[in-house]
Amino acid sequence: MTTIAIDNVSRWFGNVVAVNDVTMTIGPGVTGLLGPNGAGKSTLINMMGGFLAPSTGSVTLDGAAIWRNEQAYRHIGIVPEREGMYDFLTGREFVIANAELHGLPDPRAAARKALDTVEMDYAGSRKISTYSKGMRQRVKMASALVHEPSVLLLDEPFNGMDPRQRMQLMELLRRMGAEGRTVLFSSHILEEVEQLAAHIEVIVAGRHAASGDFRKIRRLMTDRPHRYLVRSSDDRALAAALIADPSTTGIQVDASDGADGGLHIQAVDFTRFTELLPRVAREQGIRLLTVSPSDESLESVFSYLVAA
Amino acid sequence: MSALYHPTVARLTYRALLGRRRAMILFLLPALLVVISLAVRMLTGVDDATANSLLGGFAIATMVPLIGVIAGTGAIGPEIDDGSVIYLLAKPVKRPTIIVTKLIVAIGVTVVFSAVPTLLAGFILNGNAHNLAVGYAVAAAVASVAYSAIFLLLGTITRHAVVFGLVYALVWEAFFGSLVAGAKTLSVQQWSLAIAQKLTDETVTSDVGLTTGVILLIVVTGAATWYAGHKMRSLTLAGEE
Repeated sequence: MTTIAIDNVSRWFGNVVAVNDVTMTIGPGVTGLLGPNGAGKSTLINMMGGFLAPSTGSVTLDGAAIWRNEQAYRHIGIVPEREGMYDFLTGREFVIANAELHGLPDPRAAARKALDTVEMDYAGSRKISTYSKGMRQRVKMASALVHEPSVLLLDEPFNGMDPRQRMQLMELLRRMGAEGRTVLFSSHILEEVEQLAAHIEVIVAGRHAASGDFRKIRRLMTDRPHRYLVRSSDDRALAAALIADPSTTGIQVDASDGADGGLHIQAVDFTRFTELLPRVAREQGIRLLTVSPSDESLESVFSYLVAA
Repeated sequence: MSALYHPTVARLTYRALLGRRRAMILFLLPALLVVISLAVRMLTGVDDATANSLLGGFAIATMVPLIGVIAGTGAIGPEIDDGSVIYLLAKPVKRPTIIVTKLIVAIGVTVVFSAVPTLLAGFILNGNAHNLAVGYAVAAAVASVAYSAIFLLLGTITRHAVVFGLVYALVWEAFFGSLVAGAKTLSVQQWSLAIAQKLTDETVTSDVGLTTGVILLIVVTGAATWYAGHKMRSLTLAGEE
């Protein structure tokens, strides 16, 4: 049972506040740290990993400060986002070196086991410089797991991985969480977090925006008003047919570009609206030329979450 | 000692140092010194004055500091730059241990690639007459220690360690030092030559006295190593997002 406690933590760089008065507790199981790029996720993970001192507040592992406490690394495994990793070594040499640095009694056996866990044993004698991005990521994982830590911190672990590698890593992290380890990973991609973490922490602009069960946060995101830009062969007829339905709350006819400026539609019931639109178009004999979500950027989703 | 030295850190450091393209200079400069010495010996025979100016002017003034820059900054700078140092830092290993181990490797590499060829060149040039070969080799070895510590510190505190190192080694020591008297007192080269002066019965000359030179060597090496260890304890990674 290992818990990381972040207590009233702020961190600034010069005049820039990267993390602003965040308090959260990360316990056993898989936790996703979600937020747009530049939100402060890496800064937070770096403080949990002991690579950055909080400007104020405290970051502790089972009550002991992590900053300037190298003994904490006996319990923490870190998978950094950056790629630098002694490319002149083979994967096996790299993991063995990590095991030796941890002072393990049998570094070779520990390395073999860790490489086995990430299914990289077959490429262990190849130089890291020849690895693909996914292979590098898995060897990083092996180096973080070699001392069987109770806490695993991963900074954007899925970046640059292909779907199959992503599935493998997710499966592995799920297993680690089920074994009772405290697994924290950061991501700016909602779907990744949804697939992996039951518990999520949302960081936006350095602030702790939301916390809790994924289903709750997902519901907030699906139920938020969605905006669409729709162009069709007869915008006015389409607008008249759609506005009658309770799934839409507002339709604006854009006349700025003449007749085919399109419709700006605000839908409150996402599922119902996506069924309604094609059906109405077919019934009315209207051709849909463009249907595009106009506010799907992550920032808009996150800003909605912050307001919620 | 064992607490301040970690064999795995040492292995990673020397493999990184010798595996890089920059390491070519480590081999080229000593080879050049030996080739020139052979050529001089064959063309002019034994000549103490030539031996003295080649060992003092090229080996001590140019080769030793350049190799010190490469070994000292290269022992840590690239790891901090590419972020791989995180694999050393995220371990239950004391940060000063990492620094001292890297210093030992940097000193070893600098001594092997500068003091040893200096000794060899000295024997080729005049067969160690006036103890010239041994005197310069000891000076090179002593300077290796101080340069390694200074440039390792530079590698810890700045991304531009190689540039600063070269400016110090070539501009300060070689150029500025010959113009401004005070600069000579603050020169690793002169401190190490003070030892050579003693060993060669003053065939080699230095601008600082033996005691001053030795004290300054010890103080600078110790202070640089202590400060590098201190910086390492507070080393932060991936600061600005």
